[in-house]
This record gives sequence, C-alpha cells and structure tokens, in this order.
Amino acid sequence: MTTVSSKTAAPRSVSGWRSAQSKRLLLTVVGWSVAVVIFFPIFWMILTGFKTETAAIADPSLIFSPTLESYQEVQARSGYARFALNSVAVAFGSTLLALLIAIPAAYAMAFLPTKRTKGTLLWMLSTKMLPSVGVLVPIYLIFRDVGLLDTRTGLIIVYTLMNLPIVVWMLYTFFKDMPKDILEAGRMDGASTLQEVLYLLLPLTLPGIASTGLLSVILSWNEAFWSLNLTTSNAAPLTAYIASFSSPEGLFWAKLSAASTMAIAPILILGWMTQKQMVRGLTFGAVK
Amino acid sequence: MTKPRASGRTVGGLRTLSLQAPAVILLLLWMIVPLGMTLWFSFQYYNLLMPGMTGFAGVENYQYLLTDPALWAAMGNTLLLVGWVLVITVVGGTLLAVLFQQEFAGRGIARVLAISPFFVMPTVSALVWKNMMMHPSNGVLAWLAESIGLPALDWFSALPLTSIVIIVAWQWLPFALLILLTAMQSLDEDQVEAARMDGAGPVAIFFFITLPHLKRAISVVIMIEMIFLLTIFAEIFVTTSGGPGLATTNLAYLIYIRALLDFDVGVASAGGVIAIILANIVAIFLVRMVAKNLED
Amino acid sequence: MATLQLHNITKRFGDTEVIKGIDLEVNDREFVVFVGPSGCGKSTLMRMIAGLESATNGDILIDGQRINDVGPADRGLAMVFQSYALYPHMTVEGNMGFSMRLAGVSKEERRAKVLEAAKILQLEPLLDRKPKALSGGQRQRVAIGRAIVRNPSIFLFDEPLSNLDAALRVQMRIELARLHDELDATMIYVTHDQIEAMTMADKIVVLHDGVVEQVGSPMALYHHPRNRFVAGFIGSPKMNFLPVTLASVSPEGVTIRLPGGGERSVPVEGQRLGANATLELGVRPEHLILDDQGPLSGQIKVLERLGGQTSLYVQMDNELITIMADGDVAYRVNDTVHFGFAPERAHLFDADGLALPSLQQHPLAGLTRQDNRAPGSPAEEPA
Repeated sequence: MTTVSSKTAAPRSVSGWRSAQSKRLLLTVVGWSVAVVIFFPIFWMILTGFKTETAAIADPSLIFSPTLESYQEVQARSGYARFALNSVAVAFGSTLLALLIAIPAAYAMAFLPTKRTKGTLLWMLSTKMLPSVGVLVPIYLIFRDVGLLDTRTGLIIVYTLMNLPIVVWMLYTFFKDMPKDILEAGRMDGASTLQEVLYLLLPLTLPGIASTGLLSVILSWNEAFWSLNLTTSNAAPLTAYIASFSSPEGLFWAKLSAASTMAIAPILILGWMTQKQMVRGLTFGAVK
Repeated sequence: MTKPRASGRTVGGLRTLSLQAPAVILLLLWMIVPLGMTLWFSFQYYNLLMPGMTGFAGVENYQYLLTDPALWAAMGNTLLLVGWVLVITVVGGTLLAVLFQQEFAGRGIARVLAISPFFVMPTVSALVWKNMMMHPSNGVLAWLAESIGLPALDWFSALPLTSIVIIVAWQWLPFALLILLTAMQSLDEDQVEAARMDGAGPVAIFFFITLPHLKRAISVVIMIEMIFLLTIFAEIFVTTSGGPGLATTNLAYLIYIRALLDFDVGVASAGGVIAIILANIVAIFLVRMVAKNLED
Repeated sequence: MATLQLHNITKRFGDTEVIKGIDLEVNDREFVVFVGPSGCGKSTLMRMIAGLESATNGDILIDGQRINDVGPADRGLAMVFQSYALYPHMTVEGNMGFSMRLAGVSKEERRAKVLEAAKILQLEPLLDRKPKALSGGQRQRVAIGRAIVRNPSIFLFDEPLSNLDAALRVQMRIELARLHDELDATMIYVTHDQIEAMTMADKIVVLHDGVVEQVGSPMALYHHPRNRFVAGFIGSPKMNFLPVTLASVSPEGVTIRLPGGGERSVPVEGQRLGANATLELGVRPEHLILDDQGPLSGQIKVLERLGGQTSLYVQMDNELITIMADGDVAYRVNDTVHFGFAPERAHLFDADGLALPSLQQHPLAGLTRQDNRAPGSPAEEPA
C-alpha cells in the first residue's frame, strides 16, 4: 500500500526521475488533502468527544486538554449501554437469522439450479427496491396490533427481511465461485447433503459468509428509518439514541460526539475490513 | 465439456424448492402483505384520529394528495435532492477514483479515510454536520468563513435543502468512490499501455479508456443511489424536520408526517403507492441490468 | 473387480437429448476409454455411471445389479475429476482419508490405508501438505490416491490429464497404465484426446452427438473404422477424404475411378452398392506414398519438416491432402507431386458415411493393450 514503486525506482534519466518524483509528491499532497477533508467531520467528532462542553462550543482548536468526562457522563446518565445492547442484539440477531434462512436457499440456487432459479433471484432483488416508506403504514399498524412496536423482536424481523435479499445474493455469488466438482467429489466420497455443507461448503466459503454477515451487521446497525419509526424507548438502538440529541435542549456537543464515536467506531472498523466484499454485495455482483 | 449442467435428478427440483422455501415465503409475505395493505388503505377513509369515519374512498385520497401543494413541493425537493446528490457523487466519485488509483505515499490509508463516511450511521452524520460543521456561530464552517473575513452563514435557515444535499452527498460520495475504485481495478493495464503507445495522454486515456470501462459501474451506482436517495429520511428527521416550512420535506418525510403525525393512514398510503411507483421505474432498469450480468 | 453394463441409456436436459440410447458392456479389469469431440456426451455418460447425474431412461448395471437408484457413494466407484476437485482446506492425508472419515473408520486404520496408497503413488513426503502447495502432477496423484483408498470396483477418470503440460501428460499416461496393471481394476476413462485413447485403452468407445459410433480395440478402430466419423477422429494427422466414382464391383473388391482419371481396386465388400453410388475414398496421411508413377497428383502448398518426417499439404482440386513423407524428401513449396497408396490401406465410404467392410481383417485388429504385455508380467499372474 505504501511501498515505493519499482517503476519509479528505475529512472531513465535524472530529469525523468525528478519529474516522476515531483509528480508523486504532488499526488501525495492532493490525495491526502482530499482524504483529510472528507474524513474531517469524523475526525472533528472524535476530537470533540474528548473536550469539555465549554471547549466543544468554543472556537475550533486542536489544542485542548483531553478529558474522558463526556464518555463517563454518557455511560452513566443516559443509559447508553441499553441502547448499545439493543443495537448489538438487533444487528447480530437479524444477521444470524438472515444467514440461517439464506444459506439453504443460496445453496440450492448455486448447486441445484432449476429453470426458475434466475427468476427467483431477480425477484428477491426486486423486493429490495420496495421503498420502506411505501410500506411504513401497514407495517406500523401490524406491529401495533400484534404488540411488536418498540420491541427488539420487531426490529429483528424487519431487519432480517430487509437484508435477506442481499444476504442470499452475496452468498449465492460466493457459493457460485466454489467449484462444483469439490462437492461432487464429496458426494462420491459418501457425504450426505448436510455433511457436504458442514465439511466442505461452509469451511471453504467461510470468508464469504463472514463478509456477508458483516455487511448485514453494518446495514442493520446503521439503519435509521425503521428504528426511528418503530421504536420509542425500550428497543431503541443507537441510531434512535443519537437522534435524541437533535432536540434543542440536547445540544451537548461533547456528549453527542462521545456517544457518536462509540456508536460508529465498531462499524467503521468492520467497514474498513470488508470494503472489497461489500462492493459485491451492494451492487448485487454487478461490479467485481 | 463444461457446459452448465442443470440438475437432472427428479428429486432435485423438490429439494431446491424446500431449501428455498423459507426465504421465498418470508420475502413474499414481506412484499405482498404490506403492499396489498398499502394499496387497500390508499382507497379507504382511514384516520386514526377519526375512528368513526371509514369506508371506501375511491380515488379521493389520491385526489387530495395530488391537489395538495405539499406533495408537489415534496416531489420537487425529492428530485432536487436526488439529482444534486447524484451529480456530486458520480462526478466526484469518478474523479476521486482516478486520484486514488494513482500510486502515492500512504495511498491505502488515504483511501480508507475517504470511504469512511459511508459507514457512519445517518443520524450521526446529520447531527455532526448540523452542529459541529454548520452551526451558525460555533461551527467549523462559520469559523472558517470568519477567519477569511466572510460573514458566517446560518446554513439550515439560509440554504436548508443545500445543507441536506451536502450531508447526503458526503455520505454517498464514498459509496461511489468505493464502487468505482473497485471497477477501475479491473481495467486491463495492457489496454492503458497500448493507448499510451498510440500516443494518448492522461486526459485522452481518461475519456477514451477509463470512462467507457466505468460506464457499467457508474450506471449501477446511479441506480442503487436512486433507490436509497428517493427515501432519505433520518437526515431530515434529525436536522430540519422537513422545514423551514416545507423547504426540506421530501416524499418520504411527507408520508411520515401524514401517517405518524396526522395519523391519516389513507392519504399516507396513497403517498406510499406513489413512492413505490417511482422506485419501481428505477428498479426495472436496475433489475434488467443485473439480469444481463447474470447471463455472463 | 467388476463388470458394467449400460442398457439403452438416454439423458435429457430439458428439451435437449444429450445421450440418445447407449448400450455398452465393460468387462472385468478392462481399461475402457470414452472418446469424442466436446459436447458428444462422454462426460455426461460417465457422470451417470458415477451417479452424479441420473439417467432419464435405461439401466445401469454393475456386476449384474441395477444401480440406477443407488447413491454415488454406494456404487463402489471412485472418480478422478478433471479439476482434481481436491478439498483445498484439507491436507493430502485429509483428502485421501475423507471418505473413510465419513464412513466412521478409525484414525489408525485411515492412516494405514492412506499410507498404503501414498506408497504406490510416491506421495509419502507430501502427506501433510495442502493442495495449494503441490504441483499439478502431485495434485493429480493425490486425486488418484483419493480414489485408490476407496478400493473401488471401478475407477472413473474424467479427462484427468487435460490440466497438465505436455511432458507431464506423457509421464502420467504411463503411470496410469502401470497403475491399471498394478491394481488390476476396471477403469473407465473419458478424454477428447485420441492419443490418450489409443495408448491406454483395451477398448475404445467413440461417442458423437450422444450415440456410440464404434466400440473396439484401438487397432480395430484405426484399421477398420466403421464410418467416416470414426475414421476422421482416430489417427493423427486426420485421414484424407477424396470423392471418387464407382467403376465396377467384383468379389475381390470395388474398383473406383480416381479424380486424376486412374482406376484402383480396393479390397472391400461392395455387393450392396448401386450402379451410380457416390463414394468417398479415405487414406491416412501415413499411407499415402510419394511415387512419380502414382495415380494422384497435386501442388504442395505447405511443407512442414519435423526432422524424421515431413508433412506435405497438397492441393488437389478443392481438397487439401496431407501426406506424411520421409524426413529427407527434397520437395519445395509449389512443386507438383505424384502419389499413390496401397489398396489394402484404403477405406471406402458410401453416401451415408458408412465404411464398406474390408475383405481381410488386419492382423492386429483384435489386439488389446493387455496383449502387448510380455508373458509373466504381474497382471498375468493368477490373483
């Protein structure tokens, strides 16, 4: 990533070397400036989390005495842990459920395709196109009537279904990449369908399954339409908790920043780790 | 001899069916039930605040909605929001992808920093921008303006929709960058070198080699962003609540207002149907493209 | 040790019939090669024998038992895949022992069996490696080892050498033939390469468009192809075909008129031919003889000198005729050459592409690879 390219290390002439060097320097400066500008709001938020409330609204400054005050207060007073727990439960619960439903489906589509398989896949994709706002009213009313409003179960159900098409698609593309011969060799060796899946398919596609799961976790964790509309307090995840800072009396920037930093840090790291595979999932395999 | 082999076994179809059944049935329910209900409600008098008034409304909800100036304002805002964000993210994303494709010191880390906003939850990005960046007196932008002698801007009252566009574009620019960068990595290096042998400079290479190669990825970006951008909600919810007036109310937010603030299920459902139709126009193209991709 | 019978096997994928009724008998300890161009159905046929694909119609019998409804693992077969299909996350030992692990065989017993097979294939030093760390030839041997430990009654090979480079392919060919002798097992082998078929088979099955064109020993196929397709497919370079006209038919053979005007009598049965039958003469490049008095002639278009041999490509009317000549012939491009052939080496095909049967059988036609063995070689000893 940060190595000196061998192309520039073998210059044809001194002047050529100079211009290659200066071009590289220019690129480095421009590239980093752009990256820093884009990242700045996140950086500033992280910084503000370590300030006192007074320092947070003072003139912007990089020099201040860092404090964990806001972090402690967020933890102690607002019940941050409860929201975080909701986020974890909902994100991981829905992901596990989605994987459980999607793995058999993707297995069948990849290895036992029928004439209808392609159509089924496209149809699944098309359900993702249904704007959530278009079905907000009925879902809200159904949830109200069956008592799922403001429950983790309710959110888990919604997120599972919301992410199911993407999860099936991603798993399908990963399974497709696995040579069919290996499963057939397993069948010749006497493996049952379950053994095929457990001993061969899952171990061999584990990286793909993991990144599919991570994408599902990320999408559920950051989802803010359903969490804002279907939860109020009991099951509210971090997205809803952060939204509560929008009220005028909640203008405590340092605390907002501390809470936000905690809310996005794990996902930011997961996102960095899985960016390659995410492209595949987010574009339904259209861009590799 | 490696032609695709459909499973010839007679039980294969049955096995496929039973393995897919849970996913298919759940998604079917998830689609059909709410969709049917939305459609049904959109033709009913149904207001949670007026339990007495029920019954078939015909097209009255649609009539009400279509003659409501709020709908047209919301449609306009939706189009402006989607349009501007698309322009910024696609053009910006392409340029950034070209930039981050070049080799420079610390490129890997710079890339990671640049794609980060995409992983930030929408409520956090909106609030960070609203408070710490765009606040009229204490925000970083105000401070920057003042330090070069310009008056500080009250972003959300002076340029409400622009502010939303900036926030949303900041979130989605990394998405475009990520996809286009990935697409660019599949560009055949030999092709670029052949072009260079033919005398193409960097600009010619960009327009004649890179851009055509990115065409498909760009259209994927446009379509996927459209699906998501049509229903932007949280960013508006935590910053402007659709205001001032209707200045930042988009279709999604309008439906939310009608449904969960006015409790007018009938009208909200009619709005939902309109949103579904809009999204489906986009979706048809996307699905077609993915289908074509499935062939190869 | 086992026999295999196919009775009227057909296979349909949707509306396309890829196997159109095949009957076949494979004897115990025979090395049978299915050969044919891509798309002929040879792999599908093998996959049906393996149980990876079900037959649409017909019966598959092993040792007389119908096994159509028996699962692939329970047919007593082992298969070596074209891609080797090694389990990439398991070591060589794990790969070879997987079937026994599934069958619940104890660790010690597994190890003993794997070691035994590894010894035959010289894989002992590699047992702890993952497939990634092996060369192509080593992977191939592991795939064979995985088959051996199952102690199958029939081995199936699906184009096993096609991913190897030319030199390794020759070496593995020899090794496979040795293995066949050593294991004394029935083997079925699929390939599109007629050289592999010729060198390894006891019996070759030529498939084309889902039907069996001919079954026979390599020499029988070479000397007595049943039809034009087999004649063209077996032998390299390809047999030359020339349109000729019928002059007369006698009990000694069929007399034909050649394109240059000359006449030749070919010792084949022509009693069923009508007076105006259109015929095609087939002569292999190695059976064309340069001869200034020869009845055929043409202009040399391309000349390839291989050292020991020279290939001449000669334009004759609309046909480009290949002649394998001696390495030292002095011709150049554009020279005109005259050539002929020995009548007993020539083949005649009727309008339907069927060969007119030869009046004499070639002395080697009944020979199988096993007959090439010197008496007293291991396989000849009583088991």
